[in-house]
Amino acid sequence: MNFASAFTAERLEEAWQCLLTEFPFAIWETIYSTLLATLFAVIIGLPLGVLLVTGEPKGIRPLPRPVMTVLNVVINLLRSVPFIILMVMIIPLTRLIVGTSVGTVASIVPLTVAAFPFIARLVESSLREVNPNIIEAAQSMGASPWQIVVHVMLPESVPSLITNITLAITTIMGYTAMSGAVGGGGLGKLALAYGYQRYRFAVLYLAVIVLVLITQVLQSFGTWLARKCDKRLRDK
Amino acid sequence: MIELRNLSKQFTTIDGPVEALKHINLTVQDGDIYGIIGMSGAGKSTLVRCINMLEKPTEGSVLMDGRDMGTLSEKELRQARRQITMIFQGFNLLMQRTCLKNVMLPLRFGGTDRNAAEKKAKELLELVGLPDKANSYPAQLSGGQQQRVAIARALATEPKVLLCDEATSALDPKTTHAILDLIREINKKLGITVIVITHQMSVVQEICNRVAILEHGTVVEEGTVTEVFANPRAQATRNLINPADTDNDSVFPEGGQRIRVIFNGAIASREPLIAKMAVDCNILASILGASTRSVGDKAYGYILLDIPGTPEDLAKAVSYLSKTPDVTVQVEAEYAAKEGEE
Repeated sequence: MNFASAFTAERLEEAWQCLLTEFPFAIWETIYSTLLATLFAVIIGLPLGVLLVTGEPKGIRPLPRPVMTVLNVVINLLRSVPFIILMVMIIPLTRLIVGTSVGTVASIVPLTVAAFPFIARLVESSLREVNPNIIEAAQSMGASPWQIVVHVMLPESVPSLITNITLAITTIMGYTAMSGAVGGGGLGKLALAYGYQRYRFAVLYLAVIVLVLITQVLQSFGTWLARKCDKRLRDK
Repeated sequence: MIELRNLSKQFTTIDGPVEALKHINLTVQDGDIYGIIGMSGAGKSTLVRCINMLEKPTEGSVLMDGRDMGTLSEKELRQARRQITMIFQGFNLLMQRTCLKNVMLPLRFGGTDRNAAEKKAKELLELVGLPDKANSYPAQLSGGQQQRVAIARALATEPKVLLCDEATSALDPKTTHAILDLIREINKKLGITVIVITHQMSVVQEICNRVAILEHGTVVEEGTVTEVFANPRAQATRNLINPADTDNDSVFPEGGQRIRVIFNGAIASREPLIAKMAVDCNILASILGASTRSVGDKAYGYILLDIPGTPEDLAKAVSYLSKTPDVTVQVEAEYAAKEGEE
């Protein structure tokens, strides 16, 4: 197959038709699987990230060392398995939860499993940025560990959390494209199944361009929101 | 009343154990403004953190109105901490919360409902002179204003004791003065006992009635401020009262003759010593630097003088000034020595 022949007038016309017919739904699938996976990953990863900070020996509520070790090992293990392999590995879990391992909805399970350890680490790093003196001040006021987390650590790290969650969303979106290789839906599937396997390279490139655009928009929005929320940046 | 009994604190570091505090015994009476002063590394911050158990003492006890703070459960301790609040060198306000929310925070921790907390917080912002900053964020305020908000926050739970950990060390002299005034006012008006941790003698002198001098983790001297200033016994105290090294970083022109006139409780404040020397000896000294303070009618500190003229003039000045009681003179630079060195 000649590469240049993928961009003839006929092929471009075909790609344009595809953009109008196939793309809208694929974009929708990409966005909702990304956002839902992020949501579930935050629900699991946020508390774990909090525990990583509060539970360490010098934290506000130290946990037994074995617990922290297990937590760290599990997170590191999940983080080190390449996503595309993780997806295949946890097919039984996906079947158990969704009933099938194929389709956009099913892809949310591996996406979540891949993303929550990442989110946990990001939350950990955000919380570590909180000035320890402020935490000490809260302790001196008689705050309980739970109150310190809810009233001090999380609110104080909101701008950093937003920045990091934005990073997570863009990464997870990259994963959704990969999930297209093993049954997931969205732009990744379109690019791979339609563009690559059927030699419609114009469609492949178009899908990539759309992914880049969505990433750009999300990233810009996240950066803007983080700055807007940061009360340290208020004018005097 | 707060009593520290045989209080010791040991830290374990990579280089082995470090004794931060060694057998401290102190009593702070209700209504006192009690100064704890020492150079950095003396253990002041550790000491103040032992009082509210942010640091657990290795040995000894802290009694708050007779109650041993070390024996309290976590929950009781949190309750007790509401009675012993704290302000800090770095203010430590929540940067993402408005001033009002910052002041409300300790009340919310204690379970006060939102409306009552807001009402109380507004009153306190009024008390510290910032009623119009309720909805501002800390980053929008000056250092002095931030410390005022921190004071309001520390008062929210109506404490019996206020701990000030280098609370004015990050502020300029004028703002320091204003904050100290506020602390004194709080002490008088609300009857709150204040414990002031500082490395600045001027702070102790300005507001404290009693003082303890801390050096290498031990209390080397303790007493009323007037007593300790008038008759400092420990060397550490003298160093703090007369910080001889404060002008170490000054650079003086080479080849001059300089003397340091040290006042150690001299009744010199009424005597125009330098002017009299000009008249009696015809030596027109110029003042290069000075750090003196008066306690009662006594002067402490030093004046650094440049003595023009010959080495004989220098000798004359030294012997003349040395005659004054409680004044000692050190020669810092003379022609011969300078030339001999080079």
